[in-house]
Amino acid sequence: MLVVTAVAAIRLRDLFAVVMLFGIYSLVSASLFVILDAVDVAFTEASVGAGVATVFMLSTLALTTSREKRPVPHKPLLPLLVVTITGLALVYGTWDIPRYGDPANPVHHHLVQRFIEDSPKEISIPNVVTSVLASYRGYDTLGETTVVFTAAIGVLVLVGGARRRRRSRKDEPE
Amino acid sequence: MKRYTIPRLGAKLLLPLILLFALYVQFHGDYGPGGGFQAGVIFGAGFILYALIYGLDNARRLVPPWLLRIGVSLGVLIYAGVGLMGLFLGGNFLDYGVLDRHDPVHGQHLGILLVELGVGITVSSVMMTIFYAFAGRGR
Repeated sequence: MLVVTAVAAIRLRDLFAVVMLFGIYSLVSASLFVILDAVDVAFTEASVGAGVATVFMLSTLALTTSREKRPVPHKPLLPLLVVTITGLALVYGTWDIPRYGDPANPVHHHLVQRFIEDSPKEISIPNVVTSVLASYRGYDTLGETTVVFTAAIGVLVLVGGARRRRRSRKDEPE
Repeated sequence: MKRYTIPRLGAKLLLPLILLFALYVQFHGDYGPGGGFQAGVIFGAGFILYALIYGLDNARRLVPPWLLRIGVSLGVLIYAGVGLMGLFLGGNFLDYGVLDRHDPVHGQHLGILLVELGVGITVSSVMMTIFYAFAGRGR
């Protein structure tokens, strides 16, 4: 399902349809996260990926154009070679990954065990994800919030700034 | 979009539910899935829906851009401020245990609640700011 949506998004030239396909893609991957029991991640993916990001991309389309230009024809041989080699290397890398859901995996032995056993005592809120995010990994979340803050400033400088300049030029007494 | 009855009425029905759900996600994040980030996104999406249906000018009147700019920085300040509070009360940076002198667990609760509130304020303000920037540019 994910593959079908991704291929369709690449093939289509109508950017409006591509944006919609991206929304579907996010929704499908959100359901995948639910199947993997990562409810918090699924929640974020559904609200950000399928919801707000789609609106933002649509408003970008409203500013620019909704048809993709025809790409310049080029030789596909070298990119194909690079992609094949990288893909093979990645597949080779997955052979060493421990089996999914195996309790003997190293990830289940150090931190996770401590978080699950100690967080009811230390923080005593039922959702361990929240206690990890906001307390044990507070620095990370502070950093993420700052990143979001910086993103807003960047958008304001890039998109919001031009309008103000035009208006102030109009306001200037001549 | 204001002339179309069905979107307008649908939005009118949905908006309070969306905003209420955002608040629920915000403050129920300790017990179920969710938290400041998701709540902020849902809250921002609710306002974006309002702006889409009732027009940008009405939305600007409801939530003026200067308020959003304050909100964007206020959230980060709340987060960092909670961290500094821990520092002043004799703990480490972002150590919520010292926020309540009698019960460190209670302090953790308070710290997480405040921090998530900061995240929620920042994220929802950022979403609305970006939307205003894009939508205001097209005219």
